[in-house]
Parts: sequence; structure tokens; C-alpha cells
Amino acid sequence: MEYLIGIQGQDFVLVAADNVAASSIIQMKHDYDKMFKLSEKILLLCVGEAGDTVQFAEYIQKNVQLYKMRNGYELSPAAAANFTRKNLADYLRSRTPYHVNLLLAGYDDSDGPGLYYMDYLSSLAKAPFAAHGYGAFLTLSILDRYYRPDLTRDEAMDLLKKCIEEVSSASISRRFHLHYLHLFNLFHL
Amino acid sequence: MALQDLCNFQDIFQDSLIQQCFLGTFEKNTACDYVSSLSTRSSTSLFNFYIPVAEYLDESPIQFGQISTIQSSSAISSQESILSPSSLPTSLPFASSQSVPLPFPMSHGTTTLAFMFQGGVLAAADTRSSCSGLVACPASQKILPIHSHLVGTTSGTSADCALWKRILARELRLYQLRHGTTKSQMTDQENFSGPGLFYVCSDGTRLQGTLFSVGSGSPYAYSILDQGVRWGLTVDEATSIAREAVYRATHRDAYSGNCVDIYHITSNGWTRRSNYYLLLHVVESHKQGEAENG
Repeated sequence: MEYLIGIQGQDFVLVAADNVAASSIIQMKHDYDKMFKLSEKILLLCVGEAGDTVQFAEYIQKNVQLYKMRNGYELSPAAAANFTRKNLADYLRSRTPYHVNLLLAGYDDSDGPGLYYMDYLSSLAKAPFAAHGYGAFLTLSILDRYYRPDLTRDEAMDLLKKCIEEVSSASISRRFHLHYLHLFNLFHL
Repeated sequence: MALQDLCNFQDIFQDSLIQQCFLGTFEKNTACDYVSSLSTRSSTSLFNFYIPVAEYLDESPIQFGQISTIQSSSAISSQESILSPSSLPTSLPFASSQSVPLPFPMSHGTTTLAFMFQGGVLAAADTRSSCSGLVACPASQKILPIHSHLVGTTSGTSADCALWKRILARELRLYQLRHGTTKSQMTDQENFSGPGLFYVCSDGTRLQGTLFSVGSGSPYAYSILDQGVRWGLTVDEATSIAREAVYRATHRDAYSGNCVDIYHITSNGWTRRSNYYLLLHVVESHKQGEAENG
């Protein structure tokens, strides 16, 4: 099962995803990237049904970039998240719904960092930390226990490592390669 | 140019039994997986395209009214991003027909594999077409050349795969004619060159990698390949590993068997290794096994 996790700090969002692309019992790729860069300050992580993930995420990605081309400035993370949710909701009751679970992480210059949790039923929630997949059952309680709103980047990284260790050891289905991380920070961008 | 292609094509495919196989083989339309291998050429010469033989154009691949869902795969090479203006079709032209129940239960079984190594790309597949417990064709071609530097391995409904091979060949040829060359640059990676390997599935998945195996016998093949495939293999070593992997898969998987086709793709194009008879391989490996066991 695929796994996504996001942790928001004071001036950053830390997100991670596993690197495995699987087809039933076979791991087809060990270095598969599940992150889609919507803009310089927004990152979309997408898991779910095989073809839907790339299709939907690329669709959102291109539309966000189109907005920037048309209007000269970028969408804010909140706007991008709501746009994504609207698309999910529109397709939900069509013949071809997208079965994807998403995390959207972004940094707004005025509002600060933001992590948005979306699932395939087009629910949307802005959360300080979130996770998708079976690994979420294992790690949400770790996050509940150790999360603080004023985490520094190192502390957040340690917390993330705790979660990854837990998922790697307790997961019966597959090994994880969670070495692909993105760190959003005002000072880096 | 087209006539020359046709003549070249005839020479190469003279010995195959595909005529019988493609006319008479229908497999369950569960998943049509398509693995493509591509190798660039160093010069600017055009790829050689192969015009399909007329024999298997006589009958429509959709005779029993197969279920009209969008299940065909779109085979993609590294040129796919260039093809977006002409947009590969994602559904069969006659997919709007109403679904008619298939006349007998069909199953798909195959073992195909492909991997990259220092000598290019090696693709191998078994040659058994099965149809619900019956071996419909013991000598079917599951590796279909698209052009001189692109080969696709197929798994699933062989009629669909044949159709998609033709669609892809047509689109690539159109691109070649429109744009003059078919240089395989202009993808997301600027420095793309050399061989590429893509796994494309009818559910929309497209993965780029260095080792893939598809079909009912793929887990068995994976175990052999994961042990033995390294970048530094020689061509002969790679061929024997591919053959061994297909052989082990056919040993365990009832729906794979008969012979193994091996194609080797380099910057000079693809070459078809001689068609190994798996029975012969059985004799060899049993002898080796006995020798090792003492």
C-alpha cells in the first residue's frame, strides 16, 4: 500500500512519500516519484488507482501553471487545494471518477505554510499533519503524541523518521524507500 | 519507400506462423500490457517501418463483440511527449459497439520480460497463446517490432496488441513524415539518449525503468532476473539469463510455454536471436543440474 505523510511546522511543510510502484504483488519500480510540483511553492502528492494518479495530478499541475501564465501570478496553496477538490468533486459523480488520495503542501507568503488533506471522496481539510495509506493507521498516533506547532525543522525530521521506521517495520506488505523528501521553507524559496 | 518497407518486412516475417495465430487466437480482455524498448540511432537516418502483412488484416479483430471498455494499452516510447499534438487514440475505433458475451471463457497467459544492460535492451517472451486451457497457438509472436529501433512485447489479448502495434506504428510513421526526423530527444529530459524501456498498462500506468516482466509467469521470471541482471552483462550472458528466466516461468506457469523469442536492441536496430526451443533447454539444464548435484 502506498504511503504519504505531511507535517507542518512554523515556516515549513515536510512531506514524504514511498518510492514503490507496484502492480498487485510485484514491485515494478523502486524509485517512483509520487510528488508533482504545481508551482514554486506548492507540491502535490498523489496516490491511488494506477492510471488515475498521474492523469489527475498532471491535469491539476498544468491548470495551475496555466493560471500563472494567464494572470501573471501564482495560485495560493489554499486556492490550488480548493481547485483540486472541486475537480475531484465534479468527477466524483460522473462516469469516470478519479480514485486518488492527495496531500497538497504549500507556502503562502501572507498565510504561511499549509498542508491540505484530500481524499477520493473529495473531502478537504487543512491539517497540521496528515497521512494516507495503511501506514496512516500506524503513524497518526505517533504524530498525535509528538507533534507540536512550534517544531523546528530538525525535530520535524526526527518525527518523520520515527514514522517511517514504524511503517517500515510494521508493514507486512512491502519495504519502503522513503528517502525522497521535500522541505518547504520560506528561506529556501 | 513504402514498397521497400513492405519488401523488407516480407523477408523477415516469412517464416513465422503468425497468420494462423492472429486469426484464431482470442484471449481474455483483462489487461493488455505493452512493454516497449527503444534505442536511438546515432545518425539522422529515418527509422525503418514495417507495414503489417496483409494476412491478418483480412479479419476484424473484434468479431465476437469484445467488451467495449477502454482497455487497450497505449504503447509509448520516449517519443510519446512529442506525439501529443497528434494524440494517440485511447480507445478502439469500434469501442462503441454493445458488449456481447464472449463465446467461451478466455484466459491470458504469458511471460514477457525486458531489461537494459550495457549492450542495449534485451526483450524475451514465450510463444504460447492459450485459450482457456487449450494451447491455441504454440508459436505466436509476442514481441512485435514497431520500427527498426522500437520493439514492443505484448501480454493480454493478442488481437488488441496487434491492433495497438499497428496504431503505434502508424502514429510514429505520421510523426516521422510530418516532422522530418524521428530523433528521440525533446522529452522531459534534455539529455535523453541511448536505450529506454517503458512499461505501459491498459489502466493508464506508464513507468520507465531498467527491468520489467509482464504476464502470468512474471513473478517466476522476476526471481531469476533479480538475481542475475547486472549492467555489465555481455550480450551472451544477458541472452542466457533471459532465456533461463522465461524457461523457469514456463516450467511453473501453465499458460506460458513452448519456445522463447529473444530480441536484442542496440543503436543499430533490433536483431532477433534464434528461436530457442525450451525443450532443448530442458535437456541442457537438467544435464547441468545433474552435473552440479553430482
